[in-house]
Amino acid sequence: MPIEMSSRRSRITDEEINELISKLQSLLPESRRRSTSRASASKLLKETCSYIRSLHREVDDLSDRLSDLMSTMDSNSPQAEIIRSILRS
Amino acid sequence: MEPKSCSGDGNPSRNLHPSKPLMAANFLRCLSRIQQTATNSSVGSRSRRIRRAAYASMAYSAGHRRAWSWALLRKLRCRRVRPVILPRRPRIARPQVVIEIDRAEVLRKLVPGGTGMDYCRLLEETADYIRCLATQVRLMQTVTDSISS
Repeated sequence: MPIEMSSRRSRITDEEINELISKLQSLLPESRRRSTSRASASKLLKETCSYIRSLHREVDDLSDRLSDLMSTMDSNSPQAEIIRSILRS
Repeated sequence: MEPKSCSGDGNPSRNLHPSKPLMAANFLRCLSRIQQTATNSSVGSRSRRIRRAAYASMAYSAGHRRAWSWALLRKLRCRRVRPVILPRRPRIARPQVVIEIDRAEVLRKLVPGGTGMDYCRLLEETADYIRCLATQVRLMQTVTDSISS
């Protein structure tokens, strides 16, 4: 960050931001954390973006899988009963 | 679907994180309804409904107290979103420093509502969004495992 930019911000904000950056790092899964252990903030942001994208892909994939599974379920199947019992409890 | 209000509505000292049982209940209700009403639809369209339900139930569980969940609910146009005056509603930040915006440009597009907030707020929202998203993924994995076993 250029010097002239950093002088505009208070020290407190810089600290807050560093804390938030470390918190983000702690949320990354182990495999992604290793590559960013001594990384710059921008590297960590990139890794965070990559992680979010992979989570979005997992939601897509799991939606496809669930849709497949549900097409084999009819309303009287044992799987449907599982869902009903979870909702009741 | 009955919108579950998030825990601690209006009480700032309570935990902001949505509970897992709450997210599970919301999502399973959606699945159950999809199962009942989409028996003749294609696998693809049911998959899209499930995907939408995943994001909707996740955002419902987080409620209005997060910018990302509020932005998601608006985007999904969930009619049950109450028009509430939000004390913590994010204001559009004036562009502060060009460097600051550029470094988070990609992240802003990935986090719902990310384009209208300052850098600090964006980092907070990202952390919460990641937590909820990861929980939702685990939840869907669990449901998939229990159905296919």
